Amino acid sequence: MQSYKKPAIGAPRGRGGVVLKDPMQTSTLVLVLLILTAVAYRAGRQRSLALVGGVKGAKHLHSLPGYYGMLTALWCAIPALLVLALWHSFDGRIVTDMVVASMPSDVQVLSEDELSLVLNDVRNLVAGAIPAELASAEVQAAAARYQQLESLSRLAAAGLTLSIALGLGAFVWWRISPALRARNKVEQIVKVGLIVCSTIAIFTTVGIVISVLFESLRFFQVVPVTEFLFGLQWSPQMAIRADQVGSSGAFGAVPLFTGTLLIAGLAMLVAVPVGLFAAIYLAEYAHRQVRAVVKPLLEVLAGIPTVVYGFFAALIVGPMLRQAGEAAGLAVSSESALAAGLVMGVMIIPFVSSLADDMLTAVPQSLRDGSYGLGATQSETIRRVVFPAALPGIVGGVLLAISRAIGETMIVVMAAGLGANLTANPLEAVTTVTTQIVTLLVGDQEFDSPKTLAAFALGLVLFLVTLSLNIIALHVVRKYREQYE
Amino acid sequence: MSEPTLTPATAETPAQRTRRLVEKSLRRRYRAERRFRVYGIVAVALGLGFVAFLFSSIISTGWTVFQQSYLKLEIDYAPDVLDPDGSRDPEVIGSADFSALIKAALRKQFPDVEGRSDLRTLYKLASEGGQFDLRQRVLDDPRRVGSQESLWVLADDRVDLLMKGEIERGLPEDVRGISDQELAWIDRLVADGRLEKRFNRSFFTRGDSREPEQAGVWGAVSGSILTLFVTLLLAFPIGVAAAIYLEEFAPQNRFTDLIEVNINNLAAVPSIVFGLLGLAVFIQLFGLPRSAPLVGGLVLTLMTLPTIIIASRAALKGVPPSIREAALGMGASQVQMIAHHVLPLAMPGMLTGAIIGMARALGESAPLLMIGMVAFIVDIPHGLTDPATVLPVQVYLWADSPERAFLERTSGAILVLLGFLLIMNATAVVLRQKFERRW
Amino acid sequence: MATEPTEMVQRTGATLGPGSAPPERTAQGQRTVGEITVSNPVIVCRNVNVHYGDKQAIRDVSLDIAHNEVIAMIGPSGCGKSTFLRCLNRLNDTIPTAKVTGSITLDGVDVYDRKQDVVQLRARVGMVFQKPNPFPKSVYENVAYGPRIHGLAGDRTELDEIVQTSLMRAGLWEEVKDRLDQPGTALSGGQQQRLCIARTIAVSPEVILMDEPCSALDPIATARIEDLIDELRQNYAICIVTHSMQQAARVSQRTAYFHLGDLIEVGSTDQIFTNPRHKLTEDYITGRFG
Repeated sequence: MQSYKKPAIGAPRGRGGVVLKDPMQTSTLVLVLLILTAVAYRAGRQRSLALVGGVKGAKHLHSLPGYYGMLTALWCAIPALLVLALWHSFDGRIVTDMVVASMPSDVQVLSEDELSLVLNDVRNLVAGAIPAELASAEVQAAAARYQQLESLSRLAAAGLTLSIALGLGAFVWWRISPALRARNKVEQIVKVGLIVCSTIAIFTTVGIVISVLFESLRFFQVVPVTEFLFGLQWSPQMAIRADQVGSSGAFGAVPLFTGTLLIAGLAMLVAVPVGLFAAIYLAEYAHRQVRAVVKPLLEVLAGIPTVVYGFFAALIVGPMLRQAGEAAGLAVSSESALAAGLVMGVMIIPFVSSLADDMLTAVPQSLRDGSYGLGATQSETIRRVVFPAALPGIVGGVLLAISRAIGETMIVVMAAGLGANLTANPLEAVTTVTTQIVTLLVGDQEFDSPKTLAAFALGLVLFLVTLSLNIIALHVVRKYREQYE
Repeated sequence: MSEPTLTPATAETPAQRTRRLVEKSLRRRYRAERRFRVYGIVAVALGLGFVAFLFSSIISTGWTVFQQSYLKLEIDYAPDVLDPDGSRDPEVIGSADFSALIKAALRKQFPDVEGRSDLRTLYKLASEGGQFDLRQRVLDDPRRVGSQESLWVLADDRVDLLMKGEIERGLPEDVRGISDQELAWIDRLVADGRLEKRFNRSFFTRGDSREPEQAGVWGAVSGSILTLFVTLLLAFPIGVAAAIYLEEFAPQNRFTDLIEVNINNLAAVPSIVFGLLGLAVFIQLFGLPRSAPLVGGLVLTLMTLPTIIIASRAALKGVPPSIREAALGMGASQVQMIAHHVLPLAMPGMLTGAIIGMARALGESAPLLMIGMVAFIVDIPHGLTDPATVLPVQVYLWADSPERAFLERTSGAILVLLGFLLIMNATAVVLRQKFERRW
Repeated sequence: MATEPTEMVQRTGATLGPGSAPPERTAQGQRTVGEITVSNPVIVCRNVNVHYGDKQAIRDVSLDIAHNEVIAMIGPSGCGKSTFLRCLNRLNDTIPTAKVTGSITLDGVDVYDRKQDVVQLRARVGMVFQKPNPFPKSVYENVAYGPRIHGLAGDRTELDEIVQTSLMRAGLWEEVKDRLDQPGTALSGGQQQRLCIARTIAVSPEVILMDEPCSALDPIATARIEDLIDELRQNYAICIVTHSMQQAARVSQRTAYFHLGDLIEVGSTDQIFTNPRHKLTEDYITGRFG
């Protein structure tokens, strides 16, 4: 499909001929920086020792000499690397803008779509992906300018970062004195680094929310939220281009939600009883040695990649069910919700069982003793004391399992099918939220058609639903654990 | 003292009553006990049965991939085909028609076959891929031009399926996919010892292909290695640093709570959402290339970070406070205390967590579909920005292919994937057992 | 398992005479001093040995427990008194490594015999634990638990009656009658322990075992429980483990002194506390160690 490849969110690069900055250049620069850092370490260390008259005077220093070296090295490396990273995040766009500005005026008035096509040609030419003789004169000129600007940018980046490294390194080196509290300063820098690392989790969440929300809002400008959430018709494949007549695809996501719930429900029907009873048996009845063997074996199921389950559901369980259905006179679709649900249930068994196992073993022995002391049998103790006591935790675990079933992708992509049927019959094919996200976003695509934006809206729903399930579940589990700690 | 119940005027004391009633209830209760126990045993058996079924069906469909049918042909490196001018120029040789050599060899094997359509059927016994092997051989050693040798070349996937018993001979000719004539040729070749199953080296050395018999996992394995390299390089240091901050420095306040809630939630967010993030941020916003191990690694980093942070925190928690107090008591600063004492003791646990996180990342495919690592890629990736795919995505791609021979490839790729996972998890277990310390 | 108990009692302990073992030495093979038998026994133990794996927890203990008496087991921690108690209702069965030998008979039937059902045994020999362990259920359900599982009440009114009577006997009724449906775990420590006692007597057992029932309680709650024990003696045989000698002196009629797995001395509480016959007992009573 040769569609207008307009990069969304003003992205500077198209898909066709992607050009990355010559990696050698950047890596050489980083290598030089690292060498400089090593030099700075030595220089800082030497200077601190020199100031107090060699190793013997080291006790007059506030900190060990190594800390002076480290302080110099850190100031040499970190700001320079940060600047380099920043430069690289934005130079592509700046260079592109400058190239566009330099192009003839008739190119500049082109629509965004056409402009990006031209720019793609330019980049392909620079990368050598298309021979020069095929390109028009203005593209060739632009390519030359592009190349020139890019090398200029690289040169500037190198100059800037190296001078920052040298300047700051030299400044700290010059400031070194025996009274300088080098260790405290180094430790402060380390601590800041640690804090930054731990906030990445927050940034990830924020990133998810912003990226999904942003595109979803654009989608909801085209398709009303109410239609999306309550519409019963889902056929996004119709909307190829906005200017086609009668091309408004239907974006009612209810069939997707019901399909997701149907499969997740089937999965829980398999996983909860099997997982719970397995956990009860292993936690309460099984001999220690049996438990030591069986528990890891069951957890093997959790370690198997989901794509393997997908393969299993699509190519082994699916055909098996269809044959069984034929034998029983039932019409089982080859991509049935049943196959996907069953296999997903198997995948979730260890998840339920190990969580339930944790919760059951967290129930204090004193409660069991109390029940046995009154003459209860083991199953009475489990059913009437241990299980009710562990119930809040187990409910939390099951909620987490549901969240996982809803978000599971590969099994449903491979085994559940694409037809958005609004049905509760597990023998038919249904589609799910995750399946649609994958189908809408994989393959050739334009980034701002309702079709692709719909994937982000589905992603938003998926994220919000799983997020609330997770928050509730984690809260319940946490409260439960605190109770017996 | 009143009695607990209003018993009729018998001499039965409450204790005797209890004895009698308990006695009466025993059979029913022990039946319930046994039933309950059986439920548990059935559940465990079901779980283990699933494991067994899964592995047996994958192994039974996949183990044949380690063998592949090869034809032994008398190859004549005819100079008039390969190098008509005698220039020995690699460019000329490289563009020569090597399939002609295989065809000639087949004709020599079956001199009685005539007619265009019969010959075309005959040529189909050998794989299209054989010519590339021949070209490589000649390019490696140009002196081969003009020589002759007896060589095992790749057979077609239908021949391979027949040799492995996947195609039943008893089927009628039109549904079998192999004609009676071909069957006769194949039998003759087998009888001559010119057609046999040999170790399938190319499966482990080639990239993807449209032809099942030529398709290999090496491209996907390389992609996985590159992707995991990025992931490990970023996720481990960042994860450990975050764990250290949260466990050793962080004050109990709302900010710390926020971080913790975020980490725990991210650990349970569907992986596909990370794919959406990667698509929107790394590809659209930062303009990083699609299908690249670099982006895949970044996405998997964000995905595995929570796992690694949680495991690292557990490892740090496992170091007893007495050791921290001892170090602080000796006058070490907090950073020194952590760097010199706590971290080395917690390292095995952190490494175990990292390996388990890596194993999860290795098996992950959904987020990578989002960032385009799902393309059909023949070349073996060598750099972080080369287009690549990874093992689980390769499984997904092959599972979608209609050719029957790909079923075996898919299971084979799964076996390779599971093999890697087994090694990683075994390493983690060994590490844990070797360094596990009870305080 | 059921050997001839009376002959075996004197089997060991030939080397150390009464009062000869210095307290710092272990009393290996110590023979019990004092009268181990009673005229109206409920439980008769002979030569009971308990091993946890390779470790022997109690050694050759023989002791009778009489109807309508409170017998206190005292001794330094780790002396095996709780282990002994848990043999009496076979609660040691829940510990996989525990192995019990010797004979323990309840009304003439060996409790470790195949014919003796453990469920019935525990219904007849109730137990109250060191830490109050009410189930995470309502006050009512806590007390009704035993009658429910054993089918002791025909209908709801009967069950209500059992619950009320048991709570009254445990002296808890007045405090909880308005909040029977609140969780048992919300009560105070002393109330929880009385709830556990009510739970135990709701089954109408013959013997109640109490494993340091007051160690987690404050003095006022302790006093209430002790009063309660004294009242319960009218209907039950009570076997109480305590590490408080004063408590033993206050509540019990007989006292047994355990030391490192041996039963050193048994006698009336008065005699043990005023005139101990064994050196170890005397040293413990007088506070020279323990």
